[in-house]
Amino acid sequence: MIHRSRARIAVIVTLAILAFILILAPYIAPFDPTQVKMEERLKPISMEHLLGTDHLGRDVFSRILTGAQTTVGASFLILFISLLVGVPFGLLSGYLGGKIDRIFMRIVDAFMTFPDYIVAIILSGFLGPGMFNLVLAIVMVKWVGYARLARSVVLTEKQKDYISMAKINGMSSLNILRRHMIPHVTGNVMVLATLDIGKIILMIASLSYIGLGAQPPAPEWGAMLNEAKGFFYNAPQLMLIPGLSIMMVVLIFNLLGDYLRDHFDVKNQKG
Amino acid sequence: MKQIGKRLLELCLFLFLLSIISFVFMKAAPGDPVRYMLNIDDVAISNEQIESLREELGFNDPVYIQYWNWLIRFFQFDLGDSFMTKQPVIEELASKIPATLTLTFSSMVVMMLIAVPLGTLAALYKNQWIDHASRIFALIGASVPSFWLGLLFIQFFSVELGVLPSMGSDGFFHLIMPSLTLGIAMAAVYVRLLRSSLLESLGQDFIRSARARGLSPKRIFIYHTFRHCLTPVITIFGVSLGSLLGGTVIIEVLFSYPGVGKLVVEAIIRRDYPIIQGYVLFMGLFVVIINLLVDLSYRYLNPEIRLKGADRQ
Repeated sequence: MIHRSRARIAVIVTLAILAFILILAPYIAPFDPTQVKMEERLKPISMEHLLGTDHLGRDVFSRILTGAQTTVGASFLILFISLLVGVPFGLLSGYLGGKIDRIFMRIVDAFMTFPDYIVAIILSGFLGPGMFNLVLAIVMVKWVGYARLARSVVLTEKQKDYISMAKINGMSSLNILRRHMIPHVTGNVMVLATLDIGKIILMIASLSYIGLGAQPPAPEWGAMLNEAKGFFYNAPQLMLIPGLSIMMVVLIFNLLGDYLRDHFDVKNQKG
Repeated sequence: MKQIGKRLLELCLFLFLLSIISFVFMKAAPGDPVRYMLNIDDVAISNEQIESLREELGFNDPVYIQYWNWLIRFFQFDLGDSFMTKQPVIEELASKIPATLTLTFSSMVVMMLIAVPLGTLAALYKNQWIDHASRIFALIGASVPSFWLGLLFIQFFSVELGVLPSMGSDGFFHLIMPSLTLGIAMAAVYVRLLRSSLLESLGQDFIRSARARGLSPKRIFIYHTFRHCLTPVITIFGVSLGSLLGGTVIIEVLFSYPGVGKLVVEAIIRRDYPIIQGYVLFMGLFVVIINLLVDLSYRYLNPEIRLKGADRQ
């Protein structure tokens, strides 16, 4: 029991540090992340440049910090919009039932048939490369899961006696949704959301890596890895640092997600 | 049989819808392909040239006529020509598909070779060191970006040791790193799923009664437990084949492996619409067929579903 709570504290502390970095990145960064200094290119790790410099002489530490804002910030934005679209959709579809629900399920099924990455790649193919379009594409992939989850929770709750009681007592649909449904949906959605954050970060980084996301010179972890691949011999640290950053952040969110899942005791009810 | 027919009909309808959606999206997409096509030469171009190319490609017709023409050509297996290479899309795709399929299946072999033994051992020796090891493997596997794993492989095997080629596809050695990268990433998901579905079936009544009848543990495991958990495993297999295809896109770009994924990414960056469209249809067809096959294999493996299906008719 002791080491569990210790692990929990560790996760919370790292999350707090991450939040701190995210918000204060521009102030902590010692250099301008996009400033090119050709005479300082590919410098190793030193006191001046904590993580060295890249092929254009830009400070890697500053780029990692501001890159966190792009990568992690965009993932939160994606999650937020997906929740905003998906949850109400699912709530209404499940609550109203009937024809609307059937049509809705068809749309959801069509989305679910395709693997996330294929849909995101195809959508950013239609929309064109760029960070904004990438966010849009991933939202279109992700909202479905939340809609589906919210709907399934509503469907189980709807059958219970207390909802019938509320209806008999003349409670309005809006109030039933607000007072009874939303609290039930929240816990489930929170777990799915924390488990999703890691996946979204990986997706942004991967798609940026292949050139569909953030465009240079914007600092983004995946795009940084793409730029680093020409320097395997001279500066392998350029490739190690962004990758480790991605891995650590995703790992933290995955641990938090696992913890929340045990805490709320929800089974993976995506299906 | 009737249900299979129904599924096939749904499949056709689905592909038709997909073709309309992809067509409409293409037309609404920003970026003028005509300009991209002419810009490759870096020569100054006049508006007249742009207009004549537009006319030649049929871009000045109303959208529904463009779609109709496109559909007719589609049924003649003509998806148009790539803007960039001027080659027919169908040929471009067909020449790249075998490479992608080879990569997908070799990754799947790697995934199975890791996931099946590790998942089985983790279930059999629950809460022992092998189970913990598989948990850590799954956690880290879910947190490492697959393309970074690939970069690490290149750094180690190609740059440091110099034993494996880092790009291209020219025989067995070129396949090793890409399929290891993808296979390991996928195995991380698979191990835990296999473990939990094995554990679930180990706790079932029929396992206990088999044990009571005095069957050997080995026999119980092969004929009862394993067969019982094949259904969820095959579902995941179907889904993972899809995500493998998604994963191949990134891995193909990483290792400069000449497959459909690399083709489509280049097409997206250069706004080569016909290629993107061809890719969408190809992927649609592929994913739907896999789902159909997964569905059919359920029926074969799980008599319960077969009987329920028969009841309904």
